[in-house]
Amino acid sequence: MHKEFYPKGVKTVGNRLRDPTFHTVQAQENRPNALTSGHRACQGCGEALGARYVIDAAVRATEGKVVVVNATGCLEVFSSQSPESAWQVPWVHSLFGNAAAVATGVAAAMRAKGTPDIRVVAQGGDGGTTDIGFGALSGMFERADDVLYVCYDNEAYMNTGVQRSSATPPAARTATTPVAGQAPGNVFGTGKSVPKLALAHGIAYVATASIAFLHDLEAKVFRAMSFHGARYLHVHVPCPLGWGTQPEDTLVHARNAVYSGMFPLFEGEYGHVTRAFHIENPIPVEMYLKGQRRFAHLFGKDGPNAERIQALQAIADAHIATFGLVAPQGDHA
Amino acid sequence: MLKQIEGSQGIAAAVALCRPDVICAYPITPQTHIVEDLSVLVKSGKLKAEYINVESEFAALSVAIGASSTGVRSYTATSSQGLLFMAEAVYNASGMELPIVMTLGNRAIGAPINIWNDHSDAMAMRNAGWIMLFAETNQEAVDLHIQAFRIAELLRCPVMVCVDGFVLTHASDRIDIPTQEEVDNFLPSFLSDQTLDPTRPLSIGAMVGPELFTEVRYLAHVKQQTALSVIPQVADEFYEAFQRPSGGLMRGYHLQDAETVVVSMGSMTGTIKEAIDEERAAGHSIGSLNIVSFRPFPAEAIQKALKKARTVIVIDRAIDPGDGGPVFQQVQRILMGKGPMVCSVIAGLGGRAVTRRSLRQLFEQMRSSAVESPHFLDLDTKTLSDFLSTQRCCSKSCSSCRAC
Repeated sequence: MHKEFYPKGVKTVGNRLRDPTFHTVQAQENRPNALTSGHRACQGCGEALGARYVIDAAVRATEGKVVVVNATGCLEVFSSQSPESAWQVPWVHSLFGNAAAVATGVAAAMRAKGTPDIRVVAQGGDGGTTDIGFGALSGMFERADDVLYVCYDNEAYMNTGVQRSSATPPAARTATTPVAGQAPGNVFGTGKSVPKLALAHGIAYVATASIAFLHDLEAKVFRAMSFHGARYLHVHVPCPLGWGTQPEDTLVHARNAVYSGMFPLFEGEYGHVTRAFHIENPIPVEMYLKGQRRFAHLFGKDGPNAERIQALQAIADAHIATFGLVAPQGDHA
Repeated sequence: MLKQIEGSQGIAAAVALCRPDVICAYPITPQTHIVEDLSVLVKSGKLKAEYINVESEFAALSVAIGASSTGVRSYTATSSQGLLFMAEAVYNASGMELPIVMTLGNRAIGAPINIWNDHSDAMAMRNAGWIMLFAETNQEAVDLHIQAFRIAELLRCPVMVCVDGFVLTHASDRIDIPTQEEVDNFLPSFLSDQTLDPTRPLSIGAMVGPELFTEVRYLAHVKQQTALSVIPQVADEFYEAFQRPSGGLMRGYHLQDAETVVVSMGSMTGTIKEAIDEERAAGHSIGSLNIVSFRPFPAEAIQKALKKARTVIVIDRAIDPGDGGPVFQQVQRILMGKGPMVCSVIAGLGGRAVTRRSLRQLFEQMRSSAVESPHFLDLDTKTLSDFLSTQRCCSKSCSSCRAC
């Protein structure tokens, strides 16, 4: 094969010329298109992209035998305004904080009906997952219910107008962590890692993923669907509206989050990290932060706030160390 | 078959006979024995059902919502704080038209925390779009559960069976438990036309904007009105099948010729009827009206039943502070301009016994003089006046108060 057909980056032609086993579900003409076009997401919405990738892969992995449970949030609102629906899979929305519990109920009903081969995927944003739905999620985890729960993490409550969640990174400006006072933006030393908490539940499978790495994301959905019991997938999905970024740059920011170590990609099974997505030469966190208006106060007219940028760099460095993101020479995952 | 068992045990047996597919359990007094008994039935293999131990009442009803959306018969039970904790899901279940049946072991709501019986919990959810049936006896509690699944599935509307905590749930009673065959004949298996099915993908729970929300609410209103004919119809079928009157919209006792009618719900009706027997023996014209279906509220039937009454005494086991009894409010509204004088009595809050003696004293008092409305039955005025005399102070500038 000629080299130009598959240069770095996303080039459809190149992709199709590659070995078919290397094709993504999204690259195929007969992709399920579970979340079809015409919905009302913003331009450049990372969550819309993530949801289509994830559910399409889940449809493929289960040969179409999948039911989707959705928490209240952007994804639900932009995809299901009656009488229209963008979902081509059976889909149910109940409330903001109960998607994991509703999914438990669907899975139980499938067992009762004698159709446990119909699998359940629950999904929500970071607010619906790490905050208001966390109790239900933890319950679903510890009961080992046969549900894959997917969190699309855009690091704040975007649907209500960009307020802080427990997934908002330090220093990020939101409507409730404004740029004001001595320490603008979100507070350092707060927040939680639900992927780590999911691991601590000892569930079958936990993974983080990013819309910037489609092969990896799809592979994780397939892997998740190969297990029974509770599984958790946490997908990083930039939000142009909430982050103050250009719609066409969504994937750039998603990629920089991973390459800087700010958003570590890893997998775990039954309580243990089993694999990390390696980054060869981590980029400085500054490169990730720049170009996002939510961090613009770190680069004010008096020059960059070195101390606070360094504090964010320290978070990325800790991720790199914890998950071994930078592989020893010659070892690539 | 006649059995001498605890009310909760009877309810669990009745629920099991209805063959629920999914049972969601979370403990809260006084409902807990019901889900405990069901767990034994499932664990021992006597009942084939998915039994889910959840982490909260909010999850209990949410799991039932998921299961019911998938087209299977779903059941849960709760009380008091638990009902409030799941409040969001209570409204959601009716909005999604899911035929879930839930037992409410009626209990007071804190603060102050109180585990005993009254109707505050049910009243807090009275506008949630559920059908709410109140059991007078443990036999009726058993019978209402069997009817509840039928009503819920006919109407695609969740049904709450309200059973007085402790007074019924923990009382050992002689209860006639039907056979599986009898219940199977009465209650066909559940077939839902709207389920989560990959061969026929539906979007359930979509967002509805201003252009249709009013119409959706209108349909919920119509559904409650339709229930007014479905509930008596199911009660009639139940009578046919089990040869025992149970359920329906309401029941009278010495109603025909009564000048004074006592309106009530739940177990205290039994005590009221006994008080009425004694009153009648003493020559007083008094009867009782027991409301079984609080939601839908059978306004017309009650108007008709009370049209000859001169005095109507509504006894509420709950209070809207600053206003009065919730049942009273409704009865007063529908009798407005119809003749009878309607009085509100608040009784039995937080587990205080409603006794025959107190009721007869109240009736006597009402015959001789006007009583304040709402009247609080057995109010401890001595303790209150002692307390109030030391707690008069309302501002720092007050100098005449002993407490300062």
